[in-house]
Amino acid sequence: MTRLAPQPGERIDRSRTVRFTFDGKPVEAFAGDTIASALYAQGRRIFSRSFKYHRPRGEMDWAGQGAGSLMQVDGAPGIRAATEVVREGMVVEHQNAWPSLDFDVMLMSDIAGGPFTPPGFYYKTFKWPRRAWPLYEKALRSVAGLGKLPHRQAEREWRTEYRRRHCDVLVIGGGIAGLSAAIAAAGQGADVVLVDDDVEPGGALLAEGGHERVRALAEQARAAGVEILSKAPALGFFDGLVPVWQGDTLHQIRAKRHVAATGAIEQPLVFKNNDLPGVMMSGGARRLAALWAVSPGTSAVIATTGDRGLDAALALHAAGVRVHAVADLRPDAADRELGAKVQAAGIRLLPGQTVVRALGRKGVTGAVIAAVDASGRATGRLEEIPCDVLAVSAGTAPATSLILQSGAKARYDAATSRFLADVPDGIVHAAGAVAGHEEADAAAVSGTVAGLDAAVALGLGGASAERALAEERKRLQALPPAPPVAEPPAYARDGKRGGKAFVDFDEDITTKDIAYSVAEGYDSIELSKRYTTVTMGPSQGRHSQLPSIRALAAVTGRSLEEVGITTARPPWSTVPMGALAGRPFEPAKRSAIHNRHRELGATVKWAGDWRRAYDYGDPEGEAQAVHDAAGIIDVSTLGKLIVRGPDAGAFLDRLYPNRVSNLKPGRIRYGVLTSETGRITDDGTIARLDDETFYVTTTSSGAGAVFNWFTWWQADWRMRLHITDVTQGAAAMNLAGPRSREILQSLTDADVSADGMKYLDAVQAQVAGVSCLILRIGFTGELGYEIHCPSPHGQDLWDALMEAGKPHGIRPFGLEPQRILRLQKLHILVGQDTDSESTPYGAALSWIVKLDKEEDFIGRWALERAAESPAATALVGFSMPDGEVPVEGAAVLDKDGAALGQVTSARYSRKLGKVIGMAWVPAAQATDGAQVTISYEGRTFTATVQTTPFHDPEGALVRS
Amino acid sequence: MSFLLTCPHCGTREVTDFGFGGEVSSRPKERPTARELNTYAYFRRNVAGVQREWWVHRSGCGAWFLAERDTRTNEVLWTATPDDAPERSASSAEGTP
Repeated sequence: MTRLAPQPGERIDRSRTVRFTFDGKPVEAFAGDTIASALYAQGRRIFSRSFKYHRPRGEMDWAGQGAGSLMQVDGAPGIRAATEVVREGMVVEHQNAWPSLDFDVMLMSDIAGGPFTPPGFYYKTFKWPRRAWPLYEKALRSVAGLGKLPHRQAEREWRTEYRRRHCDVLVIGGGIAGLSAAIAAAGQGADVVLVDDDVEPGGALLAEGGHERVRALAEQARAAGVEILSKAPALGFFDGLVPVWQGDTLHQIRAKRHVAATGAIEQPLVFKNNDLPGVMMSGGARRLAALWAVSPGTSAVIATTGDRGLDAALALHAAGVRVHAVADLRPDAADRELGAKVQAAGIRLLPGQTVVRALGRKGVTGAVIAAVDASGRATGRLEEIPCDVLAVSAGTAPATSLILQSGAKARYDAATSRFLADVPDGIVHAAGAVAGHEEADAAAVSGTVAGLDAAVALGLGGASAERALAEERKRLQALPPAPPVAEPPAYARDGKRGGKAFVDFDEDITTKDIAYSVAEGYDSIELSKRYTTVTMGPSQGRHSQLPSIRALAAVTGRSLEEVGITTARPPWSTVPMGALAGRPFEPAKRSAIHNRHRELGATVKWAGDWRRAYDYGDPEGEAQAVHDAAGIIDVSTLGKLIVRGPDAGAFLDRLYPNRVSNLKPGRIRYGVLTSETGRITDDGTIARLDDETFYVTTTSSGAGAVFNWFTWWQADWRMRLHITDVTQGAAAMNLAGPRSREILQSLTDADVSADGMKYLDAVQAQVAGVSCLILRIGFTGELGYEIHCPSPHGQDLWDALMEAGKPHGIRPFGLEPQRILRLQKLHILVGQDTDSESTPYGAALSWIVKLDKEEDFIGRWALERAAESPAATALVGFSMPDGEVPVEGAAVLDKDGAALGQVTSARYSRKLGKVIGMAWVPAAQATDGAQVTISYEGRTFTATVQTTPFHDPEGALVRS
Repeated sequence: MSFLLTCPHCGTREVTDFGFGGEVSSRPKERPTARELNTYAYFRRNVAGVQREWWVHRSGCGAWFLAERDTRTNEVLWTATPDDAPERSASSAEGTP
């Protein structure tokens, strides 16, 4: 065990044990441990294998910012073991290594492939022969990537939600600066939200000697009414909207003012084998020791460019870790106050030196320390110092990404050799380390300034707030400047062979890869980034942006300022796609009769948003029942609109190419909707119930769009009418077949005889005691009644019709048999047989367009032109003598073998004993008996064109 | 893109609550020439500046309304039902909706 004595401010509860499994073996942890801290306490150093070379990797910053501790937790891949708090019984597995973390056969890609797998290797190598790429891809995919998604996931296993929060001030980052800003703004009466990605606010000071101070501030913030969201990383900045991911919730936070207190990120040093497990950031080593009381190692060496490493040396020493030596790149380190303290503690201080190589195979066993020249080459004696932890610090880089996304400009600051963000006057205020105020006191004051500044900008606090702001600004200026930090070399090395030096641990990018990208011509940082994928991994450049810029500068001989910085883009933290998707607010729709379909054994499939009965196991038999006796289909999915008012008829005249206003009450007309370009957008029936009321049906998938279309024109025209969408409010079923009249008559007092209710009559009547609208229409081609009723009675009506139909041999039929039936009649399905280019003229519906209509209507001008110049293709029926059912989308060839049209529908019809379909064919061949060639999958077939319905072409049955 | 819009009926909501109907264009009053029809059907002015446009409160009351928005900054100058919309300024090149 490497658990330290109780540390002040530790997060673990030593009185409670939590058990979980790692790769099948039991692990004991304390409550409050993370997966990685518990495993580290047990002695595990390797947490993952790297992306490309499968090198053993550990956790470097203990904040889960990189890919080093990504694991599979309870089946979910890519979980950050360094920040995921242990839960009883959780199942943790490693990823990206086979057969185990400690022995991964793919490590050979590191040993053998290193020199041979530069960036672009796969694209350049696996090109020939072209046909073999799918094979290569399969093999490469199996070894690439991090973690594996489960092949199947139980539906709705994980629900995600959006939460929209509007507030006065959003503080991003819960360190001392963010807390101070939140307290200052809330103190002036602002509604403040503070988001932070750790399990508690406090930031770096939690592990760096200020836990009491920041925890007190967090309490103060809560007391001031600040809403604090923990484990909630901000993902980006979108025109003032900041999405914040927290567990299963995506908070969409819109604030009037933003305080960016995102802190600074400690940077790694670049030297040979700088990725060995045991190499970690100095702040990471301190977090491990301070928060979870786990000793990073028994003997440590520290390499630093500034005071951070010296601080870490003293802290680790105090926690009980033996610190052998501290290499501080600053030549004057010994003369500094902290340097003296380090030496006083009995730790060797090596000024002007740095680490040039880490020793060891599966973990650090030693560090090679030397003085280096500006390029990083060792100049003096190489000293090997044994150690099992090597803590490094190349200073910090301000976490400017979110600020830059808000429109700030990046600027290179020569004094601190870092890229800063110049925040323009606007809705964003920067505070703390990201604004260059890294020391705790300075960060606190700068936070107060930002919080007051935001409050004053919102007009809160009045003159006293303004006075306080001025005072705090003065205080900030009076604080001493931050201690200097040395600029590390792009690549420190000992001149010996062997060892890789990584500038990006996530993506396995070495200094050589950057040099290679420059040699290939990708010599700007933006191009090099795209070529090598540097900074594109899970850490989003947190540890790789500055090292890659330094590496490119070194290779090209340019300065850091000349190389510049890549564009900051969201997401700043990795986030599951499911959290971004949120919960779909278009829930699955089921008709009022859905349970009956289930009981009847229906095959239920998606049809748009609807769950629909596709068939009841025997589509051809169901279709045959409609011909022979009777069938019933649930058509509740049809869009249903009521258009009511004195202008209703005139309104519909303007929207439909045919006449509607002259329809008599109680009669029905088929209608096709066209766009202004004359293209078919939807179809359905229009029934006139009385002088001022029309009942309009639309296609199932077009209901919403047609309602929007109607209400939009009504908003423009403002005629005297109302449009009501009753799609969900009304159930509907189509009773069809020669026996349907007898069945319906047995349930209603209304006269539904051939004379009493003619084809295209609409009658309001009681059916089985339910108020119904009966539309006599014939989509199936047989005698039929479409019966609409209030949804709550849908199931009763269905039951009554099924019961009454039993002696007549009624069968329920699904969507598939209905498709066969309508195909026999060449009734089109909009969207199936037509597309966004189809006009009524091409779709054999020219009879419906009344260009002689007095009134103007939508699409008229385009249709007038379409009427003048015939379409190149036409929609026709066809039959296939040889029994082949062509796939929908099969090409229809013209005489020269060019594809001019396509098959849109095709089915086998038992009634007709042949395969029939609909297709767009060259206009010249759109005549009865013409032969067309259909081609798909390299085969060709001959089909015979038919422009009249296959079944009952005169329509005698539907009118009977 | 993210900003707030005020539905004349329901109040201020995220833009994702709404459907966009595009810039307001005027439908020809008389039979247009082929070129005019093409322009009306397929071309938009696509101004970088303030434009009058249609919106629908898709996830709310379902009403269509008008707005003037600066396409460069997404600043919404006003929203109103067609009845309450201000008259077009003389500088506007377009006709009425």
